[in-house]
Amino acid sequence: MILDTGVVWLTIFVLSVFVGIEVISKVSSTLHTPLMSGANAIHGIILLGAILVTGTTDNDVALVVGLIAIVLASVNMVGGFVVTDRMLQMFTRKKPAAPKSDQDRAA
Amino acid sequence: MPTWIQLVFLACGVCFILALKGLSGPRTARNGNLLGAAAAVVACLMPFFWEDLHLQHVPLIIAAIAVGTIGGVYGARTVQMTQMPQMVALFNGVGGGAAALVALLELHDVVETAANGGGDAPWFTLAATAFTIAVGSISFAGSIVTFAKLQELMTSRPVVFPGLPVVFGGSLVAALVLAGLLVDDPRMWVGVLLGLVGLLIGLLLVLPVGGADVPIVISLLNAFTGLTVAAGGYVLSNVLLLIAGTLVGASGTFLTLLMARAMGRSVTNILFGALKGGSTLGAGEASDRPVRSVNPEDAAIMLGYADRVIIVPGYGLAVAQAQHTLRELVDVLVEKGARVDYAIHPVAGRMPGHMNVLLAEAQVPYEQLREMDQINGDFKDADVVLVVGANDVVNPAAKTTPGAPIYGMPILNADEARQVIFMKRSMRPGFAGIENELLFDEKTSLLFGDAKDSMGKLLNAVKAL
Repeated sequence: MILDTGVVWLTIFVLSVFVGIEVISKVSSTLHTPLMSGANAIHGIILLGAILVTGTTDNDVALVVGLIAIVLASVNMVGGFVVTDRMLQMFTRKKPAAPKSDQDRAA
Repeated sequence: MPTWIQLVFLACGVCFILALKGLSGPRTARNGNLLGAAAAVVACLMPFFWEDLHLQHVPLIIAAIAVGTIGGVYGARTVQMTQMPQMVALFNGVGGGAAALVALLELHDVVETAANGGGDAPWFTLAATAFTIAVGSISFAGSIVTFAKLQELMTSRPVVFPGLPVVFGGSLVAALVLAGLLVDDPRMWVGVLLGLVGLLIGLLLVLPVGGADVPIVISLLNAFTGLTVAAGGYVLSNVLLLIAGTLVGASGTFLTLLMARAMGRSVTNILFGALKGGSTLGAGEASDRPVRSVNPEDAAIMLGYADRVIIVPGYGLAVAQAQHTLRELVDVLVEKGARVDYAIHPVAGRMPGHMNVLLAEAQVPYEQLREMDQINGDFKDADVVLVVGANDVVNPAAKTTPGAPIYGMPILNADEARQVIFMKRSMRPGFAGIENELLFDEKTSLLFGDAKDSMGKLLNAVKAL
């Protein structure tokens, strides 16, 4: 038996919904902002779609629109990941500081 | 599509799942984000190695990517930590806009194929195209308005005009009719019109939302863009777009509900409260009722001889860039033997977790940051609560005034402390636009002035004790 193509797509969609909810269900409110920002960067993957559509068109208007889409999508993707990393740097930078102060206290 | 590229896409999809998983834990967050970024870069390189695709316009495409990358990196690197929420909104908006444009291009392909006798696209593909165009445009326009509200390019108060519900309902119906037309008989002008109606819906959706609720809207629009990308993936027959978009759509929706719960609001109330006239309460004007104001020296005496101090930081602290001086003040108080904690409301700042980022930037020790549930029982034992640039998160109206826009939002119980010092610039109400009864309480003292300036004076006065 071969699965109907439409059903395969629906299967992927439904399973992804469950995975998406499951992976973030235990997030603490401290990380809501970086998580939102990181998820925001991930949907910048529309850049892949924009490249595919733009690279296969022969129409001049479509080419211009496609290039605009590529610019917008790369702002979303690259900017999103960089800004998330900047936020998360704030959380990790003090980690080396914490054990240091423990040592200070011990000494 | 060659099998190896399909397998690469599968691997990238798995990396996105692991990235989200990593982002939800404090220790794994940074690596999770980097993994997601790596997967996204690898996936976007694939079209260039995909021979049968015969990718054209390669130099132009690379130039466009370069322009977007430079813009994105510049924005992300230069933005102030306090302006982070509007930056996320902006990035989200352009993503939604890109998805809508991609769908329009795909529609163009479908129309051309049909004109050349290549047969019609299946109805479900057309429906997904219509969805992508409409929701992508909604996300774009909504995010731009959100950005304008947070950047204070326009008023942060709800904007409502007579007939708004009718116009809003009308444009929803128009969008559905246009989508139906598009599925029935795909034409370019229908798609473009659908996009324009989407822009109008996005505008009308966010205009009536009050400033304090805007973070929830960013999160919701983020989920919208995710679903748009997923539908775009179906249209383009690209599994990776479907997986990534669905992941973001599902987790974004769930995150929106979590945030709304942290604020004690329902999502429908946030979106449609102002339409019903619920969120427009509050005068939003400075009151002339008598308050007790103190000078920095008096405030220093109150703080200097306290055993238990709780700091309630708010957005005003971050705007004034006073978090470094505040940390110094706390260090001095701790040296004097006081126990000091920062009480962080889940939505302190402009987004859940925003204040943690800001204080971490000022290198406040992690142990002093206490979440609302951990610290709310401690307020009754606190000698002094110092509220710096916060207002709505300690407003007792959330508990006592049904009908107030923030009614039902869990607040920090600053009103239970023995003394409260408010550092405020003026008597202007907070972001929610309502008056705070705590300001007029007899145990409350107000220290007027710019937070950084007053904080410096307060620090010197405490040191001089």
